[in-house]
Amino acid sequence: MRSIELAAAEELNPLIPHTAEIIVGFIAFSLLYMVLRRAVVPRFEKAFAERTDAIQGGMERAEKAQIEAEAALKQYKAQLQDARGEAASIREEARVQGAAIIEEMRVKAQEEATRIAASAQAAIESERQAALTSLRNEVGTLATQLASKIVGEALDDQVRQSRIVDRFLEDLEKSK
Amino acid sequence: MLSYAAEVGKDEGFNPPDAGDFNLPPFIEGNEFATKPILLVFLSVILISIFFILASRKAALVPSKLQFAGESVYSFVRNDLGREVIGHEFMRFVPYLFTLFTFILVNNIFGIIPLIQFPTMSRISFPYVLAAFTFFIFHYVGIRKQGFLKYMKEIMFLPGIPKPAYILITPLELATYFLVRPMTLSLRLFANMFAGHLLLLVFILGGEHLLQGVIGLKLISPFAFAIGIALTFFEFMVQCLQAYIFTLLTALYIAGALVDEH
Repeated sequence: MRSIELAAAEELNPLIPHTAEIIVGFIAFSLLYMVLRRAVVPRFEKAFAERTDAIQGGMERAEKAQIEAEAALKQYKAQLQDARGEAASIREEARVQGAAIIEEMRVKAQEEATRIAASAQAAIESERQAALTSLRNEVGTLATQLASKIVGEALDDQVRQSRIVDRFLEDLEKSK
Repeated sequence: MLSYAAEVGKDEGFNPPDAGDFNLPPFIEGNEFATKPILLVFLSVILISIFFILASRKAALVPSKLQFAGESVYSFVRNDLGREVIGHEFMRFVPYLFTLFTFILVNNIFGIIPLIQFPTMSRISFPYVLAAFTFFIFHYVGIRKQGFLKYMKEIMFLPGIPKPAYILITPLELATYFLVRPMTLSLRLFANMFAGHLLLLVFILGGEHLLQGVIGLKLISPFAFAIGIALTFFEFMVQCLQAYIFTLLTALYIAGALVDEH
């Protein structure tokens, strides 16, 4: 009777393990460990590694793209600077050239004006000469005719005529 | 419970639940292995295996919902318990920690799952087995890492303590490493599950008993059930927490065995 009570008390003591449960716990836990270790952990690890790789790769790509973009920007800026400089130099050149052209034109115009003035003067001079000559002739003729009429003496002789005219003209010059 | 009450011959009326309620008789007469806790342990192994094999089967870069759920649990154990606690050698222990956590968690949660409603870890045998695993693993790791003598010296003679103090400290340290740690690990888990289940039994069986009483008692009964339901949520928290603590302490013990200086 007493032994039964003891057995019952032992049965009730929750701190006393059961052999069957110990064995099952050991086997079940080991089984689960093997399954998770073989079939689950490597796959999750693989997925993690792939993900890390993808993220890192993406970051590297982004970094590379940024470096490329920066280089391109630098290049564009340099090109823009070049273009600006070029434009400025072209403008400067054009300004200088324009000034030179204007100067040249001015000189040319001056020359032309001088030439025109000179030729006009020459023409005037020659015309004056011609007019003077013809006037002299005509005045000579007229004066001779007049004189011959007055003097009644034909002064046909050329030499005499011109001498008379010269003298007349000299008188004219003197009387001036 | 009724059978137990009949067996021991208690009075008629309400018999408060006790340790006897955890002694479920085998459903095949005389077969020690045909009990509910043992069945539940195997069920947990099957459920965990199926869930994680399905979740990791097509482990893809962009996870499916199932994969995400599995991965969340796995990465929690791997990173928060393994890497954070153990350090750079953590990967070797992740499978063990992962198995430990999921095994304890599922078996604990069995305590509040309708129709199952029995926390397997309230049977002391299972926490004993798990604590034994942890006990052997962390000692093995320490001996393997530092050599037997150096490891024992590390345990027995804490550095930076005056020599006479070793008379007091050394036995304490030895007891800590070889008795207290495995005992507290297993007892903490067991006692939490045991007490939690007992608490639920008290309120739910009590509520049921009140329903059979006179009209006044019938009116009180819903309150007992309400508390039972509230405690079920509380139990869920405790069950998760205990799985976490067991795994965390295991990781801490392993980490302690791995470092040279304590």
